Amino acid sequence: MNLTQTTILLVFAFLAVFAESALSGFRTFLGAQPDLLPALMVYAALCLDIWTVTALAVLGGVGFDTLSANQLGASILPLLLVGILIFARRDLILRSLPFAQCVLGGAACAIVPALTLVLLLNEGSQPLLGWGSLWQWLVMIVVGAAVTPGLFMFFEWCNQALGYPPAKEFSFRPDREILRDRNK
Amino acid sequence: MFKQKNYFVPGLAVLVAVLLLSLPSGSAMRIRWVVGSWFLPLFGFASASQQIPADLADIALPRHELLREIHSLRQQNDQLKIRAFQADALEQENGQLRALLHWQSQAPWHLKAATVVMRDPANWWRTVQIDLGSRDGLRENLPVLTPDGLAGRISWVGINSSQVLLLGDPNCRVSAQVMDPPGDVGILGVGGPLDSSLLDLNYLPGDAGLKPGQNVVTSGLGGVFPRGIPIGKIADFQTLEYGLTTQARVKLNVDLGALDHVFVLFP
Repeated sequence: MNLTQTTILLVFAFLAVFAESALSGFRTFLGAQPDLLPALMVYAALCLDIWTVTALAVLGGVGFDTLSANQLGASILPLLLVGILIFARRDLILRSLPFAQCVLGGAACAIVPALTLVLLLNEGSQPLLGWGSLWQWLVMIVVGAAVTPGLFMFFEWCNQALGYPPAKEFSFRPDREILRDRNK
Repeated sequence: MFKQKNYFVPGLAVLVAVLLLSLPSGSAMRIRWVVGSWFLPLFGFASASQQIPADLADIALPRHELLREIHSLRQQNDQLKIRAFQADALEQENGQLRALLHWQSQAPWHLKAATVVMRDPANWWRTVQIDLGSRDGLRENLPVLTPDGLAGRISWVGINSSQVLLLGDPNCRVSAQVMDPPGDVGILGVGGPLDSSLLDLNYLPGDAGLKPGQNVVTSGLGGVFPRGIPIGKIADFQTLEYGLTTQARVKLNVDLGALDHVFVLFP
């Protein structure tokens, strides 16, 4: 478990949830507010460990639900489900390809709000739904897909800036050493 | 799929989620207060960053423009003073007439100004958070207004901030009356997810004599909103249920997408 990477990701998630509440530019122009937590979950599930996936689902979900009128805890399970599904199959995913990141980001941004709504409806809440919700869903998917490769690049840059530099390949190879000995 | 030890961690998170979902509302509110306080330092940062463009614009504004604006505000202030005299006289007259008829006297409105600091990050709710809380005397269900009309009501109160359910949210229904002349009463319901300016006014009588442009105000029924707060104007209407009821669409006076400052009404 890399504590620095986990901390950076959780702080970023905290700021992302705040920005979604404080900045309403997307809402004004497109009529929908994109959610960055599913895209962050894709990064956490592909590049970090299960502890980070769980921490992001719990802390991110609780933070999101606190600032919204959602029932507290409604966002945790959808985020966790998406994270676990990707984490379980991450060895089969070409995680360094931007196309794969895009597809997974879009899929996560589609699944998480849909599952959250199912949970809310199941709990007896009456969220505001209509044909316009399809447009909002589409905006969330497109923005999520577009943002995910950028998040990967950002966190890679953070890791390079704050982590140890990768070990350089040493030119010395013992099998190619010329032995100089008086007895030979 | 997983190593055996890894089952434990997400299992714990599922347990946490189920516990949170099944918490009683009082406990959930306390957790909201605690988690909401993590965001408090960012409130100030956000409001300061929003103030920067306005400050820059103030610096760049020429002096003659400021003088012109002061002159126009003075004129407006004088007009409002005269209207306040008239209103005082009318209030006294109204009080005397109510006393003659033994009607209950109307309590004056007490307003407290608040700033909108956050909006709901979820697309399926229509709520905002304001920077007044229980420390400022706020409690649930107090009406929230702007100078243009009704905006919503307080849904939950924290120590330093509160959540406001805006008009059009599924949990904010308002009993509304069509004016000009005063007449039919209906329930202002939800609007579409995209357009926050048009709301449905339901359960009006089938023979309601509606006209586009008629004013709609709060009816005072239900005990949450006092009577006479402007809401909007009738945009169009249609009869439903084979003419039994009429449904009208109301164009709201308040632009809910651009709320910056609001007033909380204390009865």
